[in-house]
Amino acid sequence: MNFELDDVQTLVRDTARRFAQEEVAPLAAEMDKTATFRMELVKQMGELGFMGVAIPEQYGGGGMDYRCYSIVVEELSAVCASTGVVVSAHSSLCCDPIYRFGTEEQKKKYLVPLASGQMLGCLGLTEPQAGTDAGAVRTTAVLDGDEWVLNGTKIFITNGGQAGVAVVIASTDRSAKHRGLSAFIVPADAPGYKVAKEEHKLGIRASSTAELVFEDCRIPKENLLGQPGEGFKIAMQTLDGGRIGIASQAVGIARGAMEQAIAYAKERQQFGQPIANFQAIQWKLADMATEIDAARLLTWRAAWMKDQGFKNYSREAAMAKLFASDVAMKATREAVQVFGGYGYIDEYPVERYYRDAKITEIYEGTSEVQRMVISRALLRD
Amino acid sequence: MKIMVPVRRVPNPDVKVRLKKDGTGIETEGVNFLVNPFDEYAIEEAVRITEKSGGEVFLVSIGGPENEETLRAGLALGAHRAYLVDLGGECYESSGIADILAAVFKQENPDLVILGKQSVDTDNNQAAQMLAAKLGLAQACFAYKVELQDGKAVVQREIDGGLEVKEVELPAVITADLRLNQPRYASLPAIMKAKKKEVKKVTPADLGAEPKNRARVLGLSEPPPRKAGQKVASVDELVDKLVNEAKVL
Repeated sequence: MNFELDDVQTLVRDTARRFAQEEVAPLAAEMDKTATFRMELVKQMGELGFMGVAIPEQYGGGGMDYRCYSIVVEELSAVCASTGVVVSAHSSLCCDPIYRFGTEEQKKKYLVPLASGQMLGCLGLTEPQAGTDAGAVRTTAVLDGDEWVLNGTKIFITNGGQAGVAVVIASTDRSAKHRGLSAFIVPADAPGYKVAKEEHKLGIRASSTAELVFEDCRIPKENLLGQPGEGFKIAMQTLDGGRIGIASQAVGIARGAMEQAIAYAKERQQFGQPIANFQAIQWKLADMATEIDAARLLTWRAAWMKDQGFKNYSREAAMAKLFASDVAMKATREAVQVFGGYGYIDEYPVERYYRDAKITEIYEGTSEVQRMVISRALLRD
Repeated sequence: MKIMVPVRRVPNPDVKVRLKKDGTGIETEGVNFLVNPFDEYAIEEAVRITEKSGGEVFLVSIGGPENEETLRAGLALGAHRAYLVDLGGECYESSGIADILAAVFKQENPDLVILGKQSVDTDNNQAAQMLAAKLGLAQACFAYKVELQDGKAVVQREIDGGLEVKEVELPAVITADLRLNQPRYASLPAIMKAKKKEVKKVTPADLGAEPKNRARVLGLSEPPPRKAGQKVASVDELVDKLVNEAKVL
């Protein structure tokens, strides 16, 4: 793995950074306040290839690698964590499984409009009784002639409110437990597909988190993704990639907060001098920078392994996500501290970063699940 | 239409420039370099012209091997191919740069040259005008609107206190001001394509150019730090100080 960005990666970073600062940053505070995502950003990002960074161009994507995907999510998240997760959930959790497990026809029909940003995608995995215990999915899919009929409820679905397509994990054989799960491509206009509820959240408020209900939801037989019984495997492998996305989001949130703290520390005068002159502040900044770099390197390593075609990088993806989400919490907490009272009010953006950071310890596997994945790998032999 | 767009590699203008200790230049270690922002307007304008009515855009960047990065960024904005003129560590003033650009012009015979009105590092605002003079071409600088007609360009330019409309015969040299257009972002597929586009590496000698320096930079120094301000208790004291101390009233 190369620590330096090559020419292409540098250009990707520069483009993503500029886009983030010029187009996303001015909207971030308002999108957070009103808890609405500006869908025109999806269209704009689609045109730039951001909605499918690591999907080949022939399927509407940016044709880059996962390292570039990580870079793009970090840059977006450094100004707006909601935009970061909209892109990450869409790319890692919907585009990626269709790209990896889909038939050529499924890719043409669903991946092309997704990866080019014509519509948003989501993954329907979590259920009221199936959170960390993802194998306990109760949604069922029964084959009826040429159609699958889905019944069940999915909760906490990122992008759920606006998605045009959902990859849904449902049981096709309850007796086989998690080995009886299968994956399906479900268009949002399928009969019986309903967005039942939008959640009100502490952070990442601009991104939609919805409850999806399937009531005799009918989809064509050919919308099965992969083989029957492969659903759990598809979900777990998809989450490995997703964790790289969330780790990148966490790195971005942490970096954004640090940059705000640095700028403020140089400006804010107390005792007749900028507070950046005080060691108490300097040490906070030094710790933030060190931890952010470490988190990014872990994230890039996991991305590199995925790019190199490693069959199993669960441990590394879990480490990146575990560490980066922890760093995001610490860095944003300390950034608020550098701002003092001003950090606690919405006049400055660091309070938003602080609220946004918390979810990175929870979604796509809690920090506890990441530790479980890592320790299992350690104790396997 | 064939359009030549010279592009310059400049330090990121948003980052504070630091001088080398000996004052011979700026510190480049760890500095992020970009395409000169005014040149991006030039590239955008040229690319739009060729997207509308066909032709090609070629870039020219003068400097060292590191300028390839600058050229790739420009190619990702839609230019078709590029020249990298390697000075082998030499440095030339605007007139020397114009000599080299003129040599490229003579090889390629483009219909139009568009470039940024100035580079944001040295702010000389000379190379374009000198290039036009050396080639005996018409020039229209600080363009905010360019319209091409049969064999000529109608250029609207901003001047102090108003606008001026100029008609120049092609080939001509036009410089871009920041209101000319809104440059696009390089899309990821465009960045990938740029990787495969031709960057022809040449030296001034290859082009038959003999750039000369007639001026020499003796040294660079930071501006003196601003003196601390004063607080006054009343308007009377302020006026008194402005009259008697600062002597500005």
